[in-house]
Amino acid sequence: MKKTYKIDVDCANCANKMEEAAKNTAGVRDASVNFMALKMKVEFEDGADADAVMRDVVKNCKIVEDDCEIFL
Amino acid sequence: MTKKQKNLLIRVICAGIFMLLLLLLPLENYPLLRFALFLIPYLTVGYDILRKAFKGIRNRQVFDENFLMAVATIGAMALGDYKEGVAVMWFYQIGELFQSYAVGKSRKNIAALMDIRPDCANVEGEDGELEETDPDDVEIGTRIVVRPGEKIPIDGRVVFGNSTLNTAALTGESLPRDVSVGDEVLSGCVNMSGLLKIETTREFGESTASKILDLVENASSRKSRSEQFITRFARVYTPAVCCSALALAILPPLVRLLAGQSPDFSDWIYRALTFLVISCPCAIVVSIPLSFFGGIGGAGASGILIKGSNLMETLSKVKVVAFDKTGTITKGNFTVTGIHHSPMENEKLLELAALAESHSDHPISRSIRAAYGKETASSRVADVRELSGKGILAVVDGHQAAVGNLKLMKELGVEAAECRSPGTIVHVALDGAYAGHIVISDEIKPNAKAALAALKDAGVVRTVMLTGDKESAAGAVAEAAGIDEYRSELLPGDKVKEVEKLLKESGEKSKVAFVGDGINDAPVLTRADIGIAMGALGSDAAIEAADVVLMDDDPLKIAKAIRIAKKCLRIVYENIYFAIGVKLACLILGALGIANMWLAIFADVGVMVLCVLNAVRCLAVKKL
Repeated sequence: MKKTYKIDVDCANCANKMEEAAKNTAGVRDASVNFMALKMKVEFEDGADADAVMRDVVKNCKIVEDDCEIFL
Repeated sequence: MTKKQKNLLIRVICAGIFMLLLLLLPLENYPLLRFALFLIPYLTVGYDILRKAFKGIRNRQVFDENFLMAVATIGAMALGDYKEGVAVMWFYQIGELFQSYAVGKSRKNIAALMDIRPDCANVEGEDGELEETDPDDVEIGTRIVVRPGEKIPIDGRVVFGNSTLNTAALTGESLPRDVSVGDEVLSGCVNMSGLLKIETTREFGESTASKILDLVENASSRKSRSEQFITRFARVYTPAVCCSALALAILPPLVRLLAGQSPDFSDWIYRALTFLVISCPCAIVVSIPLSFFGGIGGAGASGILIKGSNLMETLSKVKVVAFDKTGTITKGNFTVTGIHHSPMENEKLLELAALAESHSDHPISRSIRAAYGKETASSRVADVRELSGKGILAVVDGHQAAVGNLKLMKELGVEAAECRSPGTIVHVALDGAYAGHIVISDEIKPNAKAALAALKDAGVVRTVMLTGDKESAAGAVAEAAGIDEYRSELLPGDKVKEVEKLLKESGEKSKVAFVGDGINDAPVLTRADIGIAMGALGSDAAIEAADVVLMDDDPLKIAKAIRIAKKCLRIVYENIYFAIGVKLACLILGALGIANMWLAIFADVGVMVLCVLNAVRCLAVKKL
């Protein structure tokens, strides 16, 4: 399952950090952040609860880059 | 400006004014008051950096720019260099503000250029009333109305009206295209003159505009080697710098102490702090992704979709370009290029052939009718028989006509003249006697030659054409377009083998690109280092398989894509060398005690601003 979320982040490198953090979250198979479109695409593991996983993704992103936002 | 940026700007201005006032006040004799007063602008401008640094430490993400800045400024304040402390923070924030503004500006530019997302579709109801509908909810076969000035929201066929379309948003070229009833239209084009009614042929999600937006939004998911380098670089670099700074603050004083000299702690700590400020990696970390972001965006706006920054890198190293023939070098539509051995007038022969073929929908028949140019009255034709793989027999104006290939002529026992011209030969016989033949060939695109020359200018050393056509036709096209080599009579599978051969011959350093129109060549597109699909609008397989998608079928865009990639990569390397060079020089000066805090601020913020300005140049690709 794939979902796209709108995000807000200031610099391209911070976007890369967010992508890395999202990728390493349990339940996420793959993630990509597009800094140009300010969007995050997340591909979930089969059977993962997207909402719960996304809460972890937000938490992990906040750890690497405090000044970021993911609009769930 | 966003709210965040405005907020920061106000803070920077207030802190700046307050700071100037403080510098004018005679506070030398009140050290405590002086400290308290300087703390005000310092906190105003830098509180969020301090907070981020603190949070970073708590989250075990210690070594980032915020941490560097926090340590450097707190250190400076502690040493009593209040001015420097505030100034470092102040300039750092100015740099941040500038970078964020530049990014926002580029993003807006790109968004405006790629503005093809339709907001709504006007669905025509039973009674002719228009209803504004979300394009997502429109089913296939629905009638929608597009007024002048509006974007076509969904791919479809015109069922009413004439108009001119502006395809600039799709192709980057503002060539107006006339459409009338029966024509296919693509979403994303802007209707310029008349009202159009369109019957949709696809769902919104499958329409061209959605496909392109999808592609653009996924573009940056594949990272280039230089971006990966930066990620790795930042991971090692910042901790290394912090440790060196710590060593610089402690070791020399200790050595001096052991040697019996005065340790000069504050002097060495000051040097260590300058060292920290200089070493802040923002310039590189920010400017490199921004360069790719600008390059991909700028290319997209000129109708060239590059699917990732790693491909930008490969594209800049393309030395060998292999072409499919039909649809890339040639137009892919057939035209009559010659009429030979005809005892009657050429016009007459063409008329005869056009009449005999008037019922056929074969591309060859269509090209003959197009060359004839006049209406073919079906009343003049009777008793049409189509012999598959051979041609057509018909009675035209009371005479028995035969139009077809050599096989047909043999079967009828007619002696046909051989033809050495490249292309497809259509022989004509009238009442059992040979009446000549028509040569039909694919037209070379008018700018094919210019495109090949442009490729050579862009650093491509070898061009090869791969085609399934026969030797003579392939040779003629290759010669006319100025292609170095050609391989003819290839089956689709052979093309993959040829590309593999090219890959082996070209070696690691120089990359091989394959250009195709996406029809039947998806495997080849995937196999080459870079697959370029052109005129790919509407061909899903090509958009899927290719690395670079040219939205129209102009071969000049191939060279343009390579030039954009080269410019972007050049800017990336300029920034890497410039930033690291300046920083290294300043670091050495800082360690030796020659550089002061003000030079350090330049090495940090100044270099970053220059790198960002340079990176923004990637966006300007129109004139390339």
